[in-house]
Amino acid sequence: MIRRWWPLAILLVWAFFALFGGLLGLAPDHIQLPKILQPPGVDNALGYDDLGRPLWDRLAAGAQTSFLVAIVVVAVSLLVGTLVGTISAYVGGWWDHVMVRVIDIFLAFPGILLAIALAGLLGPGINNVIIALSVVGWVGFARLARAQVLTIKQREHVQAAQALGTVPHRIILFHILPLIMAPIIVEATFAVAGAVISEAGLSYLGLGVQPPEASWGSMIRDGARYLLVAPHMVIVPGVALMLVVLAVNLLGDQLRDKLDVRTRNRKE
Amino acid sequence: MLSFLVSRLLSAAIVVLGVSCLVFLFIHIVPGDPVEVMLGESARPADREALRQALGLDQPLLTQMGHYYSNLFQLDLGTSLYSQRPIVEMLMERIPATAELAFAALVVAMVIAFPLGVLAAVRKGSRWDQGAMGLSLVGVSIPNFLMGPLLILLFSLWLGWFPVSGREGFASLVLPALTLGTAMAAILSRMVRATLLETLHEDYIRTARAKGLSESVVVWRHAMRNALLPVITLLGLQLGTLLGGAVITEVVFSWPGLGQLTIEAIQRRDYPVVQACVLLISFTYVVVNTLTDLVYGWLDPRVRLEGGR
Repeated sequence: MIRRWWPLAILLVWAFFALFGGLLGLAPDHIQLPKILQPPGVDNALGYDDLGRPLWDRLAAGAQTSFLVAIVVVAVSLLVGTLVGTISAYVGGWWDHVMVRVIDIFLAFPGILLAIALAGLLGPGINNVIIALSVVGWVGFARLARAQVLTIKQREHVQAAQALGTVPHRIILFHILPLIMAPIIVEATFAVAGAVISEAGLSYLGLGVQPPEASWGSMIRDGARYLLVAPHMVIVPGVALMLVVLAVNLLGDQLRDKLDVRTRNRKE
Repeated sequence: MLSFLVSRLLSAAIVVLGVSCLVFLFIHIVPGDPVEVMLGESARPADREALRQALGLDQPLLTQMGHYYSNLFQLDLGTSLYSQRPIVEMLMERIPATAELAFAALVVAMVIAFPLGVLAAVRKGSRWDQGAMGLSLVGVSIPNFLMGPLLILLFSLWLGWFPVSGREGFASLVLPALTLGTAMAAILSRMVRATLLETLHEDYIRTARAKGLSESVVVWRHAMRNALLPVITLLGLQLGTLLGGAVITEVVFSWPGLGQLTIEAIQRRDYPVVQACVLLISFTYVVVNTLTDLVYGWLDPRVRLEGGR
């Protein structure tokens, strides 16, 4: 039972700090020079960074960054991607041909490369991170939705609706979309994990949120310079990042089993 | 086979064209005046005008695009704004390092993933399976920029076995290859498990068992050989993870490859170099994918008979 619940518990903690962190009176930017690089301890909570800022507070602030980016990016990607993929498959014809090509072109940029380039060109900042990751993110949903709709639109209930003269947008909304929601939700869960890692990755490269704002990725980058004297600066945000991503992935696995979705091999 | 070949090459060509078109548009999405962003606000107007002309930004968009493609076909990628060197030359210097890292990571990934995946599939549902798949899930959840510093901390700073960064000799390759390889192994082991499980349900496996062959012969000689083909295709697709991940891994270890060049160029606002790097990495990915597709179609007639996609 515990095995089942701990991913959800971690995600609730993550969401709690992201949504209500502002009410806790945290001081992620409060510099205390005597405490520079102090390791975790009874008096020090999770320790202090190279500027003497409390890691616990920065961790909570970083949770806000990653949560905000992940939720917005996945929401935008899901809406745009599902819409594009569904319409493309339903309409078919040359429009579908073009969309397939466009999807192929976006998938030709390996992994996080396109997001790195876009974030680099647009300049740093959380908004540009969201834009860059959404531009990359919608493609996965579009491909999945298209594949699903292609099979479902052959089903009898859709043909019956068509024969009764139901307008296309009603068929898509009420006869097709509900049936593809399960795989889309599973995909969205994994996409949250991907967005969290990507946001941290961009921030690690210095392309994400700018100092003094906190992101787990930039905390890891800052910490990497003090690895020998203050390994907690990498380990603390690293463990938080890993736990959240692991929890999301586990939740995705559980959802997939529960909703009985046979997903294709994930390609990232 | 010929029509399969033609259709695959044609769609690869379209993708390459589309990718290069997107990359061409890169400089036009820079907010504000790209020339000002590249040179900084203090640049003299004459210098700005010179750069604008050099990049052709004073021309209409279609003319710019024409120049871009005609240069691309002549493999002329322009010069770096920062070092004033031809970009092709800079790329050539960096390719060996990235190729070396990618190859080493691939070896690491296969060495870890095959035994792990086979173990998990053969003992499906056992503690071994759960352990192996749990390990793979943890692997997927640790990004390169965390794995890298952790390996540095353990093997370089505490144990002193390998250098922290740079590219000097075999020892310096170990940690970057492990970082990149383990990430891929995590994904690959799941694929090996899934494919092998599917194969183990085939009739000819039952036949092999009924003949009284030992389990290891059944798994390695009969099942694995057939499972290998799809795994190799997936391996080709996973090259994307590898090339994308290499960008971050190279930064972590100051590995002087294409990824590091990309990030350096972004930091210096050397946009022509950024464009060239992204183009080269994506083209490599498309070429490898197409080759994998073709080889697979050649080996397995069922693929090319299905036609289309």
